[in-house]
Amino acid sequence: MDPECSQLLPALCAVLADPRQPMADDTCLEKLLDWFKTITEAGSSLLLLQGNPCLVELLCHMLKPQDLSSRVLAFSLRLAGVLAAQEDCFQYLQQGELLPKLFGEAGPLGGAAWTSPTVRSGWIQGLRSLAQHPSALHFLADCGAVDTIFSLQEDSSLFVASAAGQLLVHILGLSMPGPAGGPPSLQAGDWPACAQKIVGHIEESLRATATPQITQALNVLTTTFGHCHDPWTQVLWVRLSPLVAGLLEKDPVPAAHSLVDLLLSVARSPGLSSSSCGLWETLARTLSHLSPTQAGPLALGILKLQDCPQALRAQAFAVLLQPLACVLKATAQDPGPSGVLDGIVGDSMTADMLLPSKAACVGLLCRTLAHLELLLPLPQRPCPWPQAPLLGAAVTLLQLCGGSARPTSDAGRHLCGLLLGCVRVQRAALDFLGTLSEGTGPRELVTQVFAVLLEYLRSPDSSPTVLKKAFQATFRWLLSSPKTPGCWDLDPHALLFLRDLLPVLQKRLCSPCWEVRDSGLEFLTQMTRHWGGQAGFRHALLASEVPKLTEQLLRDPESYVRASAVTAMGQLSSQGLCVPAAGPEHPGGQQSLLAELLHILSTDSEGFPRRAVMQVFTQWLRDSHADVAGDTEQFVAGVLQVASQDLDWEVRAQGLELALVFLEQTLGQPRSHCPCAVTPAVAAPVGPLAQALQPLCRVRLFEFAFRALFDCDRPVAQKSCDLLLFLRAKTASSGSLQESRSSPHVASVEAALQRWQAGDQAQPLGDLEPEVVLAVLRSLDLEGLQGALAESSDHVEKSPQSLLQDMLATVGVLGGNEADCY
Amino acid sequence: MSSPEYCLSGHPTLPCNVLKFKSTTIMLDCGLDMTSTLNFLPLPLVQSPRLSNLPGWSLKDGNAFLDKTELIDLSTVDVILISNYHCMMALPYITEHTGFSGTVYATEPTVQIGRLLMEELVNFIERVPKAQSASLWKNKDIQRLLPSPLKDAVEVSTWRRCYTMQEVNSALSKIQLVGYSQKIELFGAVQVTPLSSGYALGSSNWIIQSHYEKVSYVSGSSLLTTHPQPMDQASLKNSDVLILTGLTQIPTANPDGMVGEFCSNLALTVRNGGNVLVPCYPSGVIYDLLECLYQYIDSAGLSNIPFYFISPVANSSLEFSQIFAEWLCHNKQTKVYLPEPPFPHAELIQTNKLKHYPSLHGDFSSDFRQPCVVFTGHPSLRFGDVVHFMELWGKSSLNTVIFTEPDFSYLEALAPYQPLAMKCIYCPIDTRLNFIQVSKLLKEVQPLHVVCPEQYTQPPPAQSHRMDLMIDCQPPAMSYRRAEVLALPFKRRYEKIEIMPELADALVPMEIKPGISLATVSAVLHTKDNKHVLQPPPRPAQPTGGKKRKRASEDIPDCKVLKPLLSGSIPVEQFVQTLEKHGFSDIKVEDTAKGHIVLLQEAETLIQIEEDSTHIICDNDEMLRVRLRDLVLKFLQKF
Repeated sequence: MDPECSQLLPALCAVLADPRQPMADDTCLEKLLDWFKTITEAGSSLLLLQGNPCLVELLCHMLKPQDLSSRVLAFSLRLAGVLAAQEDCFQYLQQGELLPKLFGEAGPLGGAAWTSPTVRSGWIQGLRSLAQHPSALHFLADCGAVDTIFSLQEDSSLFVASAAGQLLVHILGLSMPGPAGGPPSLQAGDWPACAQKIVGHIEESLRATATPQITQALNVLTTTFGHCHDPWTQVLWVRLSPLVAGLLEKDPVPAAHSLVDLLLSVARSPGLSSSSCGLWETLARTLSHLSPTQAGPLALGILKLQDCPQALRAQAFAVLLQPLACVLKATAQDPGPSGVLDGIVGDSMTADMLLPSKAACVGLLCRTLAHLELLLPLPQRPCPWPQAPLLGAAVTLLQLCGGSARPTSDAGRHLCGLLLGCVRVQRAALDFLGTLSEGTGPRELVTQVFAVLLEYLRSPDSSPTVLKKAFQATFRWLLSSPKTPGCWDLDPHALLFLRDLLPVLQKRLCSPCWEVRDSGLEFLTQMTRHWGGQAGFRHALLASEVPKLTEQLLRDPESYVRASAVTAMGQLSSQGLCVPAAGPEHPGGQQSLLAELLHILSTDSEGFPRRAVMQVFTQWLRDSHADVAGDTEQFVAGVLQVASQDLDWEVRAQGLELALVFLEQTLGQPRSHCPCAVTPAVAAPVGPLAQALQPLCRVRLFEFAFRALFDCDRPVAQKSCDLLLFLRAKTASSGSLQESRSSPHVASVEAALQRWQAGDQAQPLGDLEPEVVLAVLRSLDLEGLQGALAESSDHVEKSPQSLLQDMLATVGVLGGNEADCY
Repeated sequence: MSSPEYCLSGHPTLPCNVLKFKSTTIMLDCGLDMTSTLNFLPLPLVQSPRLSNLPGWSLKDGNAFLDKTELIDLSTVDVILISNYHCMMALPYITEHTGFSGTVYATEPTVQIGRLLMEELVNFIERVPKAQSASLWKNKDIQRLLPSPLKDAVEVSTWRRCYTMQEVNSALSKIQLVGYSQKIELFGAVQVTPLSSGYALGSSNWIIQSHYEKVSYVSGSSLLTTHPQPMDQASLKNSDVLILTGLTQIPTANPDGMVGEFCSNLALTVRNGGNVLVPCYPSGVIYDLLECLYQYIDSAGLSNIPFYFISPVANSSLEFSQIFAEWLCHNKQTKVYLPEPPFPHAELIQTNKLKHYPSLHGDFSSDFRQPCVVFTGHPSLRFGDVVHFMELWGKSSLNTVIFTEPDFSYLEALAPYQPLAMKCIYCPIDTRLNFIQVSKLLKEVQPLHVVCPEQYTQPPPAQSHRMDLMIDCQPPAMSYRRAEVLALPFKRRYEKIEIMPELADALVPMEIKPGISLATVSAVLHTKDNKHVLQPPPRPAQPTGGKKRKRASEDIPDCKVLKPLLSGSIPVEQFVQTLEKHGFSDIKVEDTAKGHIVLLQEAETLIQIEEDSTHIICDNDEMLRVRLRDLVLKFLQKF
């Protein structure tokens, strides 16, 4: 600890011990504790205590009967724990009998302060820190702390109860022999007393009739097996598994959720060899005992396990598929040729299990779909994967929700009634359908998929979120539609679909709901990005009114829509898909888009469209878009000038990105070009460096970058710093430019930059010569600036000293505040 | 006493029912089913050679409507309750030339807007010249020979020509205006009350109640937040019978989605330089559509597109809507105090975005600019200015006709215009209750019985799997069909009777159980105007003369001492013990369905004890009977 802090500490301890000085802000106490933790982790706690006797005094002070705030009391308990984590310091504190007084019956435990959950939590956390060495175990046994922890498991505060459970796990782990201790005995008599006590308590809880008690025991075990993989855990499981299995005898199975967690935790534990301790049998029994809702997470967990018997995997998969199989059965559909879903639904297991209530049915279906979606991309997913029946189920669900299904059975009609218009199931099913696009399916099913997607895109009743998901799923299915080798265009079926889709998209772009217009535009952008170069797509798109409508949406009243329209138009234009706008306002078609985007950049009141414009421009520059390539310098100069005055830092940062692209192109690192770009106008420089820098000077790139260097928003300054460093490295390597450091022009630029740094950015830099730029670049401490920018903004204020000062200042101990009182 | 309900209309959304309730005859709504007009050719404003030369279609006499059956003599109808302006279009047919002499009750906006609708209808029909009139075809022998839809039409003989403005005025003069929650006494027997139904300006549901029975008539209600005052559900509670009509005609179309669809298609057409035609009624949904468009046109970049509203009553309709503030939803009501017009179409008119004209002729033709959006009637496409626009714009695929009124099948409406190049969009906007809302309403209101048109008790024929598209309630709804008489399931047990104060003063109640007192009363029941009053009995004639008379008057039964009334029950075991104490032996007790029989075998006597009677049956042994009677009486209270 530095001397300044040592000096401040006694005053602070006095303030903390004084009940008349309320500590208003308990984040200070948290920070203080963090600081002590850092100190004790780095050095000796004993020395800390000896060097700062005020700390022990503070702890002693807590024992006096007085009206202390519960926060300070909790802080002291936690501090004592942190200090006593080192054994020598523990002994030191024990000499004064301080610890038993703090944590035993004589301390807050027996007093009125105990009613505060903060104090109880502090007590637990203190013990949690303290319990690091064998002496601590004896201490815990002597002061009867374990019994208190047992009772705290039922605490009214969830935080306290949960912390108590974790503390038990920690103590159990501490008391059992480590990995080096050799295989432990199964006999309870051989176990340490403390462990025996805890395990006994768990056993007793597992035998209890009250569900909360069982839940606590299961949670403690789950944490144990999740965190500790020592050999003793296997012995523990062998001992407890009959009791756990016994829970399955009860109807309904108590604490099913926690039971599932425990079994999965055990199954995942590398410390246990699952086959030897009957785990697979227990898992199989649990799968068959739990209700479909409870069994879902367990089935998913089992399927995610790496080594698991095939029969169990099959059983788990069947459980997972059950609700969908019920849907197929209720709608009297063929469960599919693969037969995977066939036979899952026995006679007793009908759709009735889905039907008790709308909430239950919807919840179960959504969870099932989410589970399957998680499973699909995993390497250990079941094989063969029932792609076709699952596709069928997803399509059926969507039809049921959309009202287009025509079930003939009573169960099907009932299901239809439950699901009709249910947005949750629609969203889940569309997500799942999208994920399924990664596999293939029989032709007629794929046709059904596209039909149901079109139905959703068309339906006036589709909610905006459902529509968005329908668009996403459609895009994924279009992506996955079979391709002719060597041709990237859409296949004939997809093109036919596109012909139906575009009128729908047209209508959606005119929707009164902005979310719908927005997702329509996003979808268009995605499609254009992928197939914009393909003849079939181009032909269909140009035959529709979509490009024209998109252009009109640049003037949408909603800024998100304008932003998406900007992106879409940028993409369409890159692919040469912009229709020359007719009418007197937009003469000149293509050229007018650039003008229109520049207009948005300089006048739009919202940030999103302006950011989108900058991104489009950067992309255009990268791709040497025809409009840009005509006069790149004028384009870049114009954009940078507008961007530098933008109030949105992201626009300025994006301006730097554009500057970097231009810089790279100018200095000769041309990127790959898009298919329909014209020949890049900027070729690799052939002349000397000064000549190469001339274009950068002409577009006033340096003035933009220097201004950004002192930007009040850190990301902009960082980006500018990176750009200038890149440029300096580039120029240094090519070298051989005349040193002009001493020129008066350089001095004036440097002076101007200093004023900029001080916040006065009014004065322009004027025309800069390459030589001057290089000189200024060299003279700037860019590395230093980069380092300063990398620090977080509060690095000056974050020191422990300032923390202590702040805490003292708030209660008026420091400085001349006292004088104000008179 | 039964309460029959006569159904005179087969159209569940345009109901016409007659309820006979407590000796009053109440007609509930008189909707006019105009779907039969679809059998006729459009009435063009200018003679159209194309229309008159269509094969398979023949231009018949002007117009005709389906009228009521001869199920009931309309002159016996005491009152007509109107629930909304769409449900009063047949009023002149009922009140005129039928001998009807009753009263019609409706709210002010209903009457005013109903008048507009009728005026528009009459105007549409009367302004087109009728070359000839034919009625011979209605003869059944000739009708058989006609082409398909006409051949199969039922009861064409009852189709009538459209009424005249004179008849409309006469019919409307019979209406008495009422306000929501106003209680109207009918002949002292029944009280009727209109309640806000949330569907249209001034639309109402009706409560028809006597002291012990309550019938709710729910017709054309909406739970959506549109312009009218929200629906009053609470007052419908505790109904014995709830008659449910006027549900949405398009239960599968969600009005919000349809409005979105309407706006999208409108914008799409106009942006492509096309015109949009919206065939509509001059009041109702059009207010909401204009409000949606008001919010939407700027965002859709349609600020320069003119909106035309063409109807003989366009001006009145737009202005009326602004003055019925008290009938509007809360939001719109508060605007009046700002002060602002409640509907934003005022601003559309001020800014010249919305223009209205009485007809195509005159100012409109000089102002007309394309592309544009035209709202005009009639939604059947058979008459009104819409006919002209269909002819004008039908040939171009740039134009779109958007159907928003759910009353007519759009395919049938379009039939005579085929082949048609213009796009047709069907966005029926019906804000009336759907089946989900009905089931919530019924759960909330919990009527003992629900009565509804047959159509609501089964899924629509085209969607037989949609079990959700029908009324699902317990006990199952009682259904009726056209021209059917239904006995309403009342269990009428009580009538309210008033006691005159002087008679009440004379009562001497006696407490027979804690909290229950009884008194006997002798009085005269006086019934007049369905009110029952107990009056003191006429005093016995004053003795006027000699002793002889007095003696005679002592003999009259009136003056006999009244026998006390008995109450309580006889505990059989104790009664048997008492009998034994009094020397009866050989007693046998038998249980019967209603009580017990005590047999005194020796005396050959039988005492039959039931809940509300005790009989002593013995053979001519009066002494024994009196003994037994006294024993029985010991167990009962007297007063």
